[in-house]
Amino acid sequence: MSAHSWNEERLAELLALLKPPPAGWVEAAAQLPALRAVMDDLVARAERDAAFRAALVADLEATLAREGIEPTSRVLNELRSRLETD
Amino acid sequence: MTTPLTDAQLVARCRAGDQTAWRELVERFSRYVYAISVQGFRLPEHDADDVFQEVFTRAYTHLDRLRDDTALRPWIAQLTRNLCLDRLRDSSRTQPVSDEELESGAIDEVLATIDDALTVHEELAQLGEPCSELLDRFFARDESYKTIGEELDLPPGTIASRLSRCLAKLRQRLEGRNTASNTSGGR
Repeated sequence: MSAHSWNEERLAELLALLKPPPAGWVEAAAQLPALRAVMDDLVARAERDAAFRAALVADLEATLAREGIEPTSRVLNELRSRLETD
Repeated sequence: MTTPLTDAQLVARCRAGDQTAWRELVERFSRYVYAISVQGFRLPEHDADDVFQEVFTRAYTHLDRLRDDTALRPWIAQLTRNLCLDRLRDSSRTQPVSDEELESGAIDEVLATIDDALTVHEELAQLGEPCSELLDRFFARDESYKTIGEELDLPPGTIASRLSRCLAKLRQRLEGRNTASNTSGGR
């Protein structure tokens, strides 16, 4: 932290600097652990069950929606990548 | 008012799988990460969104690599900074920040100011209601006296004087923090 003294004018400037990001961003980041858990489960099931894997790859969006996950491009890309490498 | 968890306590709880702690971590640093990418590196919103999600994804995935749990804040700042720089360098679009600016101390200066802003924000949270909400609504959320008055059930004519008193309280807290820090030789 810088060693300057605080004054009301500077405090006002600093308070104005930290604006809240869009609420959806925060919620998405906060949901990461739950999202990871669902993805881990899907990948593990795909490893065990070839038919499930084929269905998953064929329609990722629908599977995610069924699991209660919004199929954003970020989520889809990550899941595709994990399915390719696993 | 309950004492908030320290960063180190928060990290420990996140590592233990506490999803509430993770949410608190995200909320604690969300404005900081957003400010670094948008105010510091001037990323457009869609790039800032990608950086924001990637910062927290990496933080979540690599939390066990954090050697010093008290260093969460500089670690998140560094993650954000690196991802912003990657984004700017990879971008084939018009770069909002020139290479000269990136190489100069201009960014460092803005990031230091954002760091100060987070310190103020932390102290604001400790200030309690109604000051914390009043100051946040007016300065950070750009709400008008009318909106604040309606939301907090305050006569609009009293808001200016309340803001002034709350700023003075916040200043006192920060000066007290500086004094304590100087006396104890830092955090």
